[in-house]
Amino acid sequence: MPRAVLILGATSPMARAAAYAFAARGDWLFLASRDESECQKLAQDLLIRFQTKAFWGRFDAHQTESHVELIDNAAAALGGLDYALFVVGDLGSEPNSLEPLETARLIQTNFLGVASVIGACATFMGNHGGSVILGVGSVAGDRGRQSNFVYGAAKGGLALYLQGLQNFLHPKGIRVVAFKPGFVDTGMTYGKPGVFLVATPEQAGKSLVRAMDNASGVVYFPWFWWLIMRVIQLIPDVIFKRLKL
Amino acid sequence: MPLPSLEQDLSGWGRFPTARCRVLRPERDRELADCVGVLPRGMGRSYGDAALNKDGGVVSTQRLDRMLAFDANTGLLEAEAGLSLGVIAQTFLPRGWFLPVTPGTKFVSLGGAVAGDVHGKNHHLEGSFSRHVEAFELLCPNGDRISCSRQSYSDVFEATVGGMGLTGLITNVRLRLRKVAGPWMYVRHKSASDLDQIFQLLSDRAAPEPYSVAWIDCLARGRHLGRSVLMVGDHADGPVPAPRVTLKSQLRAPMDLPGWVLHPSLLRAFNAAFHRYQARKTLPFLTSPDAFFYPLDGIRNWNRLYGRQGFVQYQCVLPEKEAFAGVQVLLELISAAGAASFLAVLKRLGEGSEGLLSFCMPGFTLALDIPFKGKETLALVQSMDLEVVRRGGRVNLCKDACLSPETFRAMYPRAAAWRDIKRRLDPDGLIQSGLSRRIHLLEED
Repeated sequence: MPRAVLILGATSPMARAAAYAFAARGDWLFLASRDESECQKLAQDLLIRFQTKAFWGRFDAHQTESHVELIDNAAAALGGLDYALFVVGDLGSEPNSLEPLETARLIQTNFLGVASVIGACATFMGNHGGSVILGVGSVAGDRGRQSNFVYGAAKGGLALYLQGLQNFLHPKGIRVVAFKPGFVDTGMTYGKPGVFLVATPEQAGKSLVRAMDNASGVVYFPWFWWLIMRVIQLIPDVIFKRLKL
Repeated sequence: MPLPSLEQDLSGWGRFPTARCRVLRPERDRELADCVGVLPRGMGRSYGDAALNKDGGVVSTQRLDRMLAFDANTGLLEAEAGLSLGVIAQTFLPRGWFLPVTPGTKFVSLGGAVAGDVHGKNHHLEGSFSRHVEAFELLCPNGDRISCSRQSYSDVFEATVGGMGLTGLITNVRLRLRKVAGPWMYVRHKSASDLDQIFQLLSDRAAPEPYSVAWIDCLARGRHLGRSVLMVGDHADGPVPAPRVTLKSQLRAPMDLPGWVLHPSLLRAFNAAFHRYQARKTLPFLTSPDAFFYPLDGIRNWNRLYGRQGFVQYQCVLPEKEAFAGVQVLLELISAAGAASFLAVLKRLGEGSEGLLSFCMPGFTLALDIPFKGKETLALVQSMDLEVVRRGGRVNLCKDACLSPETFRAMYPRAAAWRDIKRRLDPDGLIQSGLSRRIHLLEED
C-alpha cells in the first residue's frame, strides 16, 4: 500500500532527494513550496521516472491564513496523510542580521510559518489519522552563535516546538521527529568558507526517509554532528564569547 | 541574493589542461537568471578545454536534471539539460526504450550531448545525437530564452548543436528515444589480422547489426599493423533477470598510476592479450548494454590510469577515400613516437549533421589515448593534425586539447558561418572557453 507523503519546501535538494527515495518505493507525493512552477516540474519528474502519483501546490511560510487549506488540499489529493515532511528554511544573506525587517523575515520563514503549518497538519492527523511528522531543524539551533543566531534561534525554536508536539501527539500514535542536518552540499553551503564534512543531498534524502520510517525524537545527520554539537554546547561561555564561531 | 559560486581547479576528462574557474551551480530554474552569458559545463566529460574558462565563470548544470514530459507512444522525452544519458537509459530501457544514439560513456549530460553533437556506434546509420533532437530551449547571452528547432531559429539550432556551449546555455531538450527489441545486447566479434581486413569488415554495408565498432591494437607493428576486433551488436530480448543500466561503477582507480605502468612493452603485451581474448569470441553472445556500450564506465576515474599528467584523446575522421592510407600513416606516427596507448577505436561514420561545428562526416574515425608527456606529445599531435588536414579530415572538438587556430580553420570550413551567428547572439563575446580562445574561434579570418 503506497503511503501518502506531503513535502513542504519541496524544491530544496534534500527534499528532492527524499522525494526520489519515497517515489522509488511507490509512495504518493504532494509537493509544495513558494515556487509552484518548480514544484510542478519536480512532480512531473517523479511521475515520469517512477510512474507514481505526484501532486503539487503552493506553500508560503508568510501566508499563515492559507496553511489549513493547503493541508486539506494535499490530503484530498492524496486521500489522506501518512507522512508529513517539512524542509522549510532559508538562511538568508545575513543570518545574524540586527535589522528588524530581516530578523522578522528569518523568524517568520524558519519558525513561525513552519510551526503554523505543522500545527495545521497535526490537527488534521489528529482528526483523520496519520503516521509521522518530521521537521528539518539545524545544528545551528543547538547553541546560539554570533555568525547565525537569528537563523539559529528560529531553528532552535522549531526544535522545541517539535519536542512539545511529540508529547502532545504521542497518545494519538503519531510520531514526531526533529531532523538536524550538519553541512549538506546545497546552495546554502556551496562555496561558503568554513564548510567541512559535507554530506550529499542524496545521503540526506535517504536518511530523512529512514528517520520517517523508524525514528522519533531528535535525529542528527550525519550522526557525528550529535557529538560535535555536544562538544560545542560544553564550551563555557567565558571561552565561547572569544571564539569566532 | 546572488547565486553562490565556488572557486575550483577544473579540467576535462583528459586532465590536461587545468584551469581555475568560478563555478555556479543553479538548483532551481529561476536561478538561471544569474547564469546569463556564462559558459555551460555538464558532466565534465569533454576531454580537453571545452568546458574550462580560466579565471572566469562556468555554470554547472548537474542539479537541473528533471524529466519534464514523456510520450509513451512516440518516445519523445523532454528533460532539463543536466540529466545524464545514463539516467535516461536506466529509466527507459526496462520500458522498451533506449537512447537513439549513445557515446561510449553514459556520464554525459543531455546538454553536453547536444553541444558536442556526440555520436555512437550506430553513426553510419543513425547519424549523430542532434539528428534525434526535435528542439531545445537556449538561454541566450542576452538573457532571452528561445526555443530552437529545425523550424524556428534554425540558424541558432545549427550553431548550437556541436557548438560546444558557446552560443548559450541549453536549458532543456526534446529528444526522441528509440523503441528497442529488449534489454539485452546480441553481440558478435570478428577478428581482423591487419588494417586491410578491418577496413573491409567495417565497410560491409550489408551487415544487419546497427552497431559496429572496431578495437584496434595501435601498438601492433609490421604485418600486424591494424590488428583488431570488430564488435557488432543489436538490441535483443533475452532471459530474466534483465540487465539494468547501472550508475555506480564496480571498480575504481584508487590513485594516479605511476608512469612505468604505461611502458610500451607492458601495454603491447596488454593489447595483444586483449586482442586474443576478444578475438576468441566468434560465436554470438548476449551481454548487457553496460558491457557493450560503456565498458570503461565500469571503472570510476579510469582517466587516472594515465597518471597525474593526464592524457590527450585524439579523435579524427578521414574521408572514405583517404581513410585507409591516413590511418596507416597515423598508426605509424604513433608507433614511431613510442607513444603508448591502450586500445584504439576505429569506426565508419555516415552522413554529417547540420551542426556548423559538428565533427562527423562520411568516412572513418580513429580515436586513441596518448599519455601526456609535454612537448613531445604536442609535437606528435601536431604532426598527426597536419596529416589529417592534408587528407581533408578533422579532429573532434569534444576531445581536442591541442589544435592550433590554423589547423582548426583548415578542418572546419563552416566556422565562418558559425561565427556570424555567434556574433549576432553574443556581440560582446561573453561566452568563451579555453577551447574557443585557443583556436581563435571568435576571431575573423
